[in-house]
Amino acid sequence: MTEALNELKSLIELKQEDAVRRCEVANGELTVHIVPAAIPAFVEFLRVDPNCLFTQMIDVTGADYPERPKRFELIYHFLSMRHNTRIRVKVDLADGEIAPSITAIHPSANWFERETFDMYGIRFSGHPDLRRLLTDYGFTGHPLRKDFPTSGYLEMYYDETEKRCAYRPVSLVQEYRQFDFMSPWEGAEYILPGDEKVEAK
Amino acid sequence: MMDGSNTPRGKSVRNFSLNFGPQHPSAHGVLRMVLELDGEIVERADPHVGLLHRGTEKLMESRTYLQNIPYFDRLDYVAPMNQEHAFCLAIEKLTGAEVPRRGSLIRVLFSEIGRIQNHLLNVGSQGMDVGAMTPNVWAFEEREKLMIFYERACGARLHANYFRPGGVHQDLPQKLIEDIEAWTHSFPQVLDDMANLLTENRIFKQRNVDIGIVTEQMALDYAMTGVMLRSSGMAWDLRRAQPYECYDEFEFSVPVGKNGDCYDRYLMRMAEMRESIKIIQQAVVKLNECQGEDVLARGKLTPPKRAEMKSSMEALIHHFKLYTEGFHVPAGEIYAAVEAPKGEFGVYLVADGTNRPYKVKIRAPGYAHLAAMDHMGTGHQLADIAALIGSMDVVFGEIDR
Repeated sequence: MTEALNELKSLIELKQEDAVRRCEVANGELTVHIVPAAIPAFVEFLRVDPNCLFTQMIDVTGADYPERPKRFELIYHFLSMRHNTRIRVKVDLADGEIAPSITAIHPSANWFERETFDMYGIRFSGHPDLRRLLTDYGFTGHPLRKDFPTSGYLEMYYDETEKRCAYRPVSLVQEYRQFDFMSPWEGAEYILPGDEKVEAK
Repeated sequence: MMDGSNTPRGKSVRNFSLNFGPQHPSAHGVLRMVLELDGEIVERADPHVGLLHRGTEKLMESRTYLQNIPYFDRLDYVAPMNQEHAFCLAIEKLTGAEVPRRGSLIRVLFSEIGRIQNHLLNVGSQGMDVGAMTPNVWAFEEREKLMIFYERACGARLHANYFRPGGVHQDLPQKLIEDIEAWTHSFPQVLDDMANLLTENRIFKQRNVDIGIVTEQMALDYAMTGVMLRSSGMAWDLRRAQPYECYDEFEFSVPVGKNGDCYDRYLMRMAEMRESIKIIQQAVVKLNECQGEDVLARGKLTPPKRAEMKSSMEALIHHFKLYTEGFHVPAGEIYAAVEAPKGEFGVYLVADGTNRPYKVKIRAPGYAHLAAMDHMGTGHQLADIAALIGSMDVVFGEIDR
């Protein structure tokens, strides 16, 4: 299995050297990092090349790494039923950078790209209908970004006087619980409670 | 409503916009679909999803791996254990945990019970969508029995939380295995009765034959998997193509459709249930050969045995740490998929070495199928949309996540 992936990897590196930034095989899966501008050509290559034939686009999603200079990763998963292999294609995108849509090549990408836009705010050029998909009508923000709080900003309630649903800022009765499981024996990077004065002495 | 202005020839042409759902019985949950109609012909279908969006993927980022398993029950709540399976496989692939044989067999057994549960509900409600009440009631009677099997295995009828990384939570009582076996002998009779009502039923055929045809190219373009893909004639089943667990030991056939219409998908689901019974019967035989063996890999991912905790301090600490901090998964990323009853259910997991996932993406089969609604529904009559949704097998728990 890994041999076949390595073969495929060297083939892709050879045929698409302009597009590919790097390839790696990890955990029995092939991941190809490419440049954003090359997405449509590369996806089309994966679809039609007789050694690839990744005819099914399984998934598109994003990932947010706020500490990186290019914050977002756009991640595609493809499946080749002919060769019984999977491939993962990754693109690094800065905040506000626009990725080309692949809906013309794989119509199934339509909703997946809409969802990625909804969740991460990654915009796609050439998408026929880039609306929000999963969030509420009139929602602002992109929930799966790491800087978006899990509790959100607004909550909906039924206004008795106005007799309709309305929004107000979230108020939590109990503070959102995030436990710290860091073991003090494994080198905690912060000062443990009670240890504040040790350094001063 | 679109504009009803007169055309130059003086003929009044009106297109209707119709809101289908979100509280329509054949919308199978909370689907709101804006249909543009020309008379009774659908010109455009725009499904609005997300009315059941609970932010599962966001919530999972702030919880430990063990705390996350119950979220998977709540995705496709018609066949909960199949979803847990994908997540457990992802964790096992990253950590390299081995599942003991008995645990693996129990997983196969309950995955197939889940498949029957799902298909029973779907076939019944597809019948009801086109006007047949009785099969649905009969199907629910059988589903009830299956839920009792769930309850006897893990204590919950629906939200099982039974599959764990490294096996299953606890062993099955021998009586339960015997009862499951007995059920597999009585169930085919119910299937036959349902088939008698539906298969050659004139109304059922009129409403389903040649409706919503899926061609091979369409199945590829719209990323269809599972029954939808196989109805177009392609024999692709992850249990066969990329065997996970111990499916490679089992003998079963994969039903494939001919015409790709709603009626084919109904026939295939009926056939798949019969195949699942075969798998269950084989699993029961294999389970009887390994009675009393461990069902959970003993290691850092799983709790120590109760008896050990009474005498060993390390075991007690391990138990406490496991259920507070949880286990750590080595950094890396993985995509694990299972053949869920509705199609390929995948989990893309990014671990950063802590006790919580950094990112989880759930790839639900119904999501891709519903996305093809506009393409498939266009040109059909309004009444066919209900049959189409029924045969697509959509459940909003997994689509909205």
